[in-house]
Amino acid sequence: MLGQARLRSLIETVARTVIEHEDELTQLDSAIGDGDHGANMKRGFEAVLAELDALAAKPLPETLKAVGTQLLMKVGGASGPLYGTLFMSLGKSLPETLDRQSVAQALDAAIAAVRARGKAETGQKTMLDVLVPVQRALASGADPAAVAARANEAAEATIPMKATRGRASFLGERSIGHMDPGARSSALIVEAVASCFGIST
Amino acid sequence: MSNVGIVIVSHSPLVAKGTADMVRQMVGEEVPLAHCGGNSDGGLGTSVEAILKAIDSAWSEAGVAIFVDLGGAETNSEMAVEMLPEERAGRVVVCNAPIVEGAVIAATEASGGAPLAVVKRTAEELSPG
Repeated sequence: MLGQARLRSLIETVARTVIEHEDELTQLDSAIGDGDHGANMKRGFEAVLAELDALAAKPLPETLKAVGTQLLMKVGGASGPLYGTLFMSLGKSLPETLDRQSVAQALDAAIAAVRARGKAETGQKTMLDVLVPVQRALASGADPAAVAARANEAAEATIPMKATRGRASFLGERSIGHMDPGARSSALIVEAVASCFGIST
Repeated sequence: MSNVGIVIVSHSPLVAKGTADMVRQMVGEEVPLAHCGGNSDGGLGTSVEAILKAIDSAWSEAGVAIFVDLGGAETNSEMAVEMLPEERAGRVVVCNAPIVEGAVIAATEASGGAPLAVVKRTAEELSPG
């Protein structure tokens, strides 16, 4: 069970982590996309920070749905509806009392929703290439540090992939050799969440 | 008005407006028409909020056909459709067609009173594959 103070710190850590990496996300997206991922994600998570107290006062499922709605409305680009769908679906599937299995199941359902929304599969150089291995690590009992490490490895593993979904797919072969910006932002979020659980459990 | 409405969603406000101008020139005031483009900071991008507003403004009992440019415009439009009240969601479609040609031919079809399914099919015949 997450207390209100811990939930507040979790949301804040995730939001600040993404915002701090704006330049990196922009650079990655400039290489193979339209260069707006950093600014878009920053706009979305700034909107989340602006509502921090109200968000942390809700029960966790409601908090996640509200975070998803903020991201959906403010991020723009293709990542707005994708991250919006991820968080809104997590909010729908998570029980108020958490255990590893319920989190792994909720993440599985949320990934299915993102997959449907983006009409994408793993191996296409997208955020799914991080989320799917993270879900597997979680389901198999990995500790927070190991889940974070898996997220970063998975983001690195998008570098040699050829994009076949999203804006980077326009570049075809030229998308090879760059990390996918959506995979990177997903890894940042996973790492931030893991750091909160790693320290205080 | 019972003609199908047309909504144009581009990453660029200028492309959205330009496409709407071309549609207006073809069909005059016969068809409800709305356009949106750009993110909430005024840069290139699309916004679910703006798309919902555009659907509302082009609303017709005969339904609304949406035309989009790149990926995010499509994903955001699909998201917007799902967020509509149930009685409206079933009467809004995102068309798989080139934005300018699709919107113009769909509006021409709509101005003759064609139902939503025909408007969509006519526009989608423009898409390869």
